[in-house]
Amino acid sequence: MRLQLKSDAVPGRIVAGAALTLAMVTMAIAAPLIATHDPYAVAVRERFQPPSVENYLGTDEYGRDVFSRVVFGARISMYVGLGVMLISTIAGTIIGLFSGYYRKLDNVLMRVMDALMSFPSILLAIAILAAIGPRTGNVIVALSIVYTPRTARVVRGSVLSVREEVYIESAQAVGLGDLRIIFRYILPNVMAPLIVQATFILALTIIAEAGLSYIGAGTPPPAPSWGNILADGRPHMYRAWWMTVFPGLFIMISVLGLNVIGDGLRDVLDPRLRGSR
Amino acid sequence: MIPIALLVAIIAFFLIHLSPGDPATFFVSPDAPPEELERVRERLGVDQPIFVQFGRWLGGVVQGDLGVSFFQRRPVIQAYLAALPVTLMLAVGGMAIALTLALPIGIISALKKDSLVDKIGTVFVFAGISMPNFWFGMLLILLFAVFLGWLPAQGFIRGAGLGGYVRSLILPALALGYPNSALIARMTRSSMLEVMRQDYVQTARAKGLRAFVVTSRHAFMNAINPILTVVGLVFARMMAGSVVIETVFNLPGVGRLVVNSVMRRDYPVIQGALLLTALLIVGFNLIIDLLYAIFDPRIRYD
Repeated sequence: MRLQLKSDAVPGRIVAGAALTLAMVTMAIAAPLIATHDPYAVAVRERFQPPSVENYLGTDEYGRDVFSRVVFGARISMYVGLGVMLISTIAGTIIGLFSGYYRKLDNVLMRVMDALMSFPSILLAIAILAAIGPRTGNVIVALSIVYTPRTARVVRGSVLSVREEVYIESAQAVGLGDLRIIFRYILPNVMAPLIVQATFILALTIIAEAGLSYIGAGTPPPAPSWGNILADGRPHMYRAWWMTVFPGLFIMISVLGLNVIGDGLRDVLDPRLRGSR
Repeated sequence: MIPIALLVAIIAFFLIHLSPGDPATFFVSPDAPPEELERVRERLGVDQPIFVQFGRWLGGVVQGDLGVSFFQRRPVIQAYLAALPVTLMLAVGGMAIALTLALPIGIISALKKDSLVDKIGTVFVFAGISMPNFWFGMLLILLFAVFLGWLPAQGFIRGAGLGGYVRSLILPALALGYPNSALIARMTRSSMLEVMRQDYVQTARAKGLRAFVVTSRHAFMNAINPILTVVGLVFARMMAGSVVIETVFNLPGVGRLVVNSVMRRDYPVIQGALLLTALLIVGFNLIIDLLYAIFDPRIRYD
């Protein structure tokens, strides 16, 4: 893969986005060190405490420390996010490569992808989770099915233009096998849009995971997923605003970091778009 | 159109029937005799082989019969049509808000590229696309319902009439509108920048047309098709987003219908709602395709 990145060509915003993302990943990995309390520890006398030195982000209706729950929530978000990114990227790449290279397969594969993309994302994920049961691991399965078609479509689009290049024609002319051409010659040339897409999928997944947990179709309570913490706070908005504001802020910051990276990478990796922003 | 609709129907049906559970067990007590269970399975039609079930269902679907809800004891189509107006009102309101915010911001950002206004616009866009819309809805509730007390925090107020109906929809429509407006604003900006580089825009300017005419007629009208594509995308995102928004605001729309049906394993409703919503989105995108030809006469559909 030749991306030809010079260090001075990397815009500052990619660095800023990467710093935000790194902070979130560190929080997820080092959660037991950063959290000040046990995220599951119930303390009835401490319920609905506003933010303080003892409980940075206050406590919830069971007296659990919101800060510690948010810190451990990053683990669930990163676990689901990375899982979905990995599976949908691999599946989408394979489908996109074959669909773009073999025109006969294209008609079948892309029609199925189009059909899957006609469903509203969350609705499709809920239906899948209804069939296989609400568990964190199943959220990965459901969201991977939801997001694979998007990656497949991006990859296919790039393949369609790459396969017209002269070097592909010459590779065919010297008699290289299809698989070798697809993986050795085409894949490296669709890498740039693929990386950008994977970043955006990670961002979308973090939001979708929170939404699914919020409506009770994702990670079941009392696990401290970000969506669960927000759902816990909904009935108590009139007395505990901190249960609503802070978990959402963490979701927003992690997603913001990823979006900034993805957007910056797209500008760097895709020269055609440079200057249009 | 037809093959897509058929594929959508196949996916909607078999997805739900992957489920290992037996819905009949929800209707009979655990200690009921096996014959009772068998009778219920027969009544629900789940005793048949899966392809027979699919054939029966599809045969009904093409005649507008989506089956009967296991729990509500009314046709699925009735349950769906009862919930649809709420979701559509949300989507229409959200779209109106999104366009009202996005078009001016996108156009001004493009006209004043790299200015302070453009930078503020970029912050607006990135905040919008990074925010879960249901959380934005909760922040709106905190501000306008909890602290200011201007608007209701959830649900419809009984007997409040049309005014109350609209008041109940303002916050959820805003919650759907702003995060989605960011996408449209971004596309408006880059599409406008693209068009403004074209020679005919230079020509229009050179022959002394007023800036407003150049922007609105020469630039914007030619920038509109990529924006339409995003509007189609945003409509689908709003139908998805309203699932969670309806839960936050406790509104009886399609999203609530599906979430409640999932909890009760009401298969006919889940697959019916999935199918009809997907067809709605396919139909909306068809309208967008037709609009392309109106705004760009070079596009012809034979």
